Amino acid sequence: MSHRSSAMVLMGIAVAGCAPARPPAAASTPKVDSAPAARTPVPVSALRPQYPSTYKRRPSAPVVIRNATILTAVGEELPRASIVFADGKVEAVGEAVSVPEGAVEIDGTGKFVTPGIIDDHSHLGVYAAPATAAEADGNEASQAVTADVWAEHSFWPQDPQIPLAIAGGVTVIQVLPGSANLIGGRTVTLRLLPARTVQELKFPGAPYGLKMACGENPKRLHAQTGPSTRMGNMAGYRRAFANAERYRRDWDRWLARPDSTPPGRDLELETLAEVLRGNILVQVHCYRADEMAQMLDLAREFGFRIRAFHHAVEGYKIADLLAAADVASSVWFDWWGIKMEALDGIPENAALLQRAGARVIIHSDSEHTIQRLNQEAGRAMYAGINAGLPVTREQAIRWITINPAWALGIDGVTGSLEPGKSADVVLWSGDPFSVYAKAERVYNEGRLVFDRNDPAHQMQTDFNLGITAPGIDP
Amino acid sequence: MKRVLVLLGMLGSIAPARAQTIAITGGTVHTGSGQTIPNGTVVLRDGKIVAVGSGVGIPADAERIDATGKWVTPGLFHGYSTIGTTLFLSGSVDKVQENRRAGDISASFRVAEGIDPAIMTIPVARLEGITTTVTVPEGGLIPGQAALIDLAGERIDDLVVNPGIAMVAVLTESSKPAGGGSRAGVLERLRLLFRDAREYAKRRPDFRSARIQPLAAPASELEALLPVLDGRQPLLVAANRRSDIESALRLKREFGFRLILTGALEGWTIADQLARNGVPVGLAPLANVPSFDAPRARLDNATLLRKAGVAVFIIQSDHAHYRDLRQAAGNAVRSGMSWEDALAAVTSVPASVFDVADSHGSLRPGRVANVVVWSGDPFELSSQAEHVFIHGREVPRTSRQTELRERYRTLNR
Repeated sequence: MSHRSSAMVLMGIAVAGCAPARPPAAASTPKVDSAPAARTPVPVSALRPQYPSTYKRRPSAPVVIRNATILTAVGEELPRASIVFADGKVEAVGEAVSVPEGAVEIDGTGKFVTPGIIDDHSHLGVYAAPATAAEADGNEASQAVTADVWAEHSFWPQDPQIPLAIAGGVTVIQVLPGSANLIGGRTVTLRLLPARTVQELKFPGAPYGLKMACGENPKRLHAQTGPSTRMGNMAGYRRAFANAERYRRDWDRWLARPDSTPPGRDLELETLAEVLRGNILVQVHCYRADEMAQMLDLAREFGFRIRAFHHAVEGYKIADLLAAADVASSVWFDWWGIKMEALDGIPENAALLQRAGARVIIHSDSEHTIQRLNQEAGRAMYAGINAGLPVTREQAIRWITINPAWALGIDGVTGSLEPGKSADVVLWSGDPFSVYAKAERVYNEGRLVFDRNDPAHQMQTDFNLGITAPGIDP
Repeated sequence: MKRVLVLLGMLGSIAPARAQTIAITGGTVHTGSGQTIPNGTVVLRDGKIVAVGSGVGIPADAERIDATGKWVTPGLFHGYSTIGTTLFLSGSVDKVQENRRAGDISASFRVAEGIDPAIMTIPVARLEGITTTVTVPEGGLIPGQAALIDLAGERIDDLVVNPGIAMVAVLTESSKPAGGGSRAGVLERLRLLFRDAREYAKRRPDFRSARIQPLAAPASELEALLPVLDGRQPLLVAANRRSDIESALRLKREFGFRLILTGALEGWTIADQLARNGVPVGLAPLANVPSFDAPRARLDNATLLRKAGVAVFIIQSDHAHYRDLRQAAGNAVRSGMSWEDALAAVTSVPASVFDVADSHGSLRPGRVANVVVWSGDPFELSSQAEHVFIHGREVPRTSRQTELRERYRTLNR
């Protein structure tokens, strides 16, 4: 058995039969095909399936949307074009398309079509509404390093915030642990659908992320036991990864010759070892430019890559460094002033990063903003334009689709409207970067999960029943 | 201290600004009070609007602002914010916050004196066309008195239009501790306070000679409640759940104060009742996430209330997002409100609700010259405020943020 497949098993994604057929992934996307079950003379829990996805695509009729403006997130804006999807996949996009028999015909005249929105920074389900302390499950703040916790183990599929996000055109989210800890734990990538269990939502084949956090939050929340300073923060990360190096060595040695007693299992170090092997994508909450530069050095010291800086409020100050390191910057449009490290936030952050060639993502980190990421991207685009930093709609749509897909390592499967890719599609009433636009229909792998004109296609969680208003405007 | 308070208390009118005459010409003028004037002219002189119309003569000495193709509106009036007193918030390592006084009954507490005219949130708000706000106290059952401020000036007195524009009270989940942990307790406490305030007003000599039973709050607090009870100062009540809104209406019936509601997430469920009682509502149109405080929150609350005839003004209640007022108004339109109503909801309606319609909230002669020239529809994400006038003077389109942007426009530093 190869090293790589053992590592796959260790990250808990080895699930026979659940990985979808994939179009060629972007070169830089870690490959995450399923791995064969390991054979070993001793029973080792680490080598068994770890909380596998049970997501299954629902059969759905083919759909053609005609005569719409299509933003594919890969190329030019296509005016008066059509899109065809069937069996959960995009079949064709263009002016002339062949339409399968029995396709649902939708007139897109005056409307826009985009890929489903992907939010790479959400706490839906782990900080669920109605925001009770009983369900504040997003921060395992009991110690500063909790690499062993997994966000999916907190996720509540009946969170009534989920239907609101779907109504905003969101099809995929990354749910992260909060930013209380230096190392907060594993993230999970989910499709947004009605479901009874989190396993039904887990995006097949998506790599895990590791949530880390810089700056004020960890040092504020752990001041009693440490760290209480930024240098303490750095020491904490380094200590954790130094231990993980040793752990990885021990396990890799055993995996190469699994005929002796295996090393003891340490859940924290197991996750960090997977980071060192490059199988878990590192997602770092970090505001200040100088701290991001420190984190890039940390990654160099231990030989891993940071996939995305989240919030990156000062990203514009080091846009060139971020572009050179090929680290995504996942930012708000303009949050600022909420604390000292957010003092230098500016509305042109995204536009300045874009101009430097860095990979820009607009994220929500909010149960409100997730409902209108199209508006946030629009505001960031126009803030740039109005300041003489040109951004096009083709670029801005990437900020909320293919770029977050890249940050999650699923850009080979979704995030753009190309033949063969997942039919994650939004039909908008008009230009999605207008404040007046509404998502009219949302398809998740071909399944109609939201229709503004048909309550039968508007998800209601169990919590909604008998208690809450629909929350969605007509 | 006392002297300053008195001084602030007398500030009922706007300090006259020495400014030149300005004529804004050629734009589409939306007066905020329902009129649209294509190719209109707005003339500002000495801090006031002196003429608005399509055939208005332009004074020879006027500086002209060509607004051809632009939209001209009153300065936006944010009816509920903490602009001027607050920057960092609880939860961060530091707090820059001046709008809270310890204790749950702070009727005598006025936020006005805690305003920092140089606080960096003010230029940021102005860049979004916000010229006026009701800046509120927070915390407890009666957090204190809100101030109406215009967002330009170097001294507190320059900003403050009225340091006691409203008394704030809170009837939500968050004020329950002041009622011993229950909503019913909160209401009983308020009733006791109001009754004792009246009792105190009648028997001040008895109070001074200690011939009166202990009262529900110190004399300073009871004294401060009297303007509410005799109708001179409105009571701005934050309430979201339907039952809490109904409690506010019940108290209004019992004590006869002028009620303004804020929050009102479930207001739509009793829209007719609010309309019948003439109770205006300030609400955040985007607040639709269900909580046990308001499980029936929904995105078209503003639309439904307006349809029932309620005076609705739009606020953006989240600290990190005050600048988003026009986006909030745009989203109200997205959810079914008429564009004209939405503009009124951030201009003339809050001005009327806070009883300053004769000075604020519309482009009419005699009003304070708070005016914005927009590149397009002010609610659209693509538009920006190109000229912002406060008290007839153009404020610079700069902030600490624009300076950072310019500094980092090139990275070879």
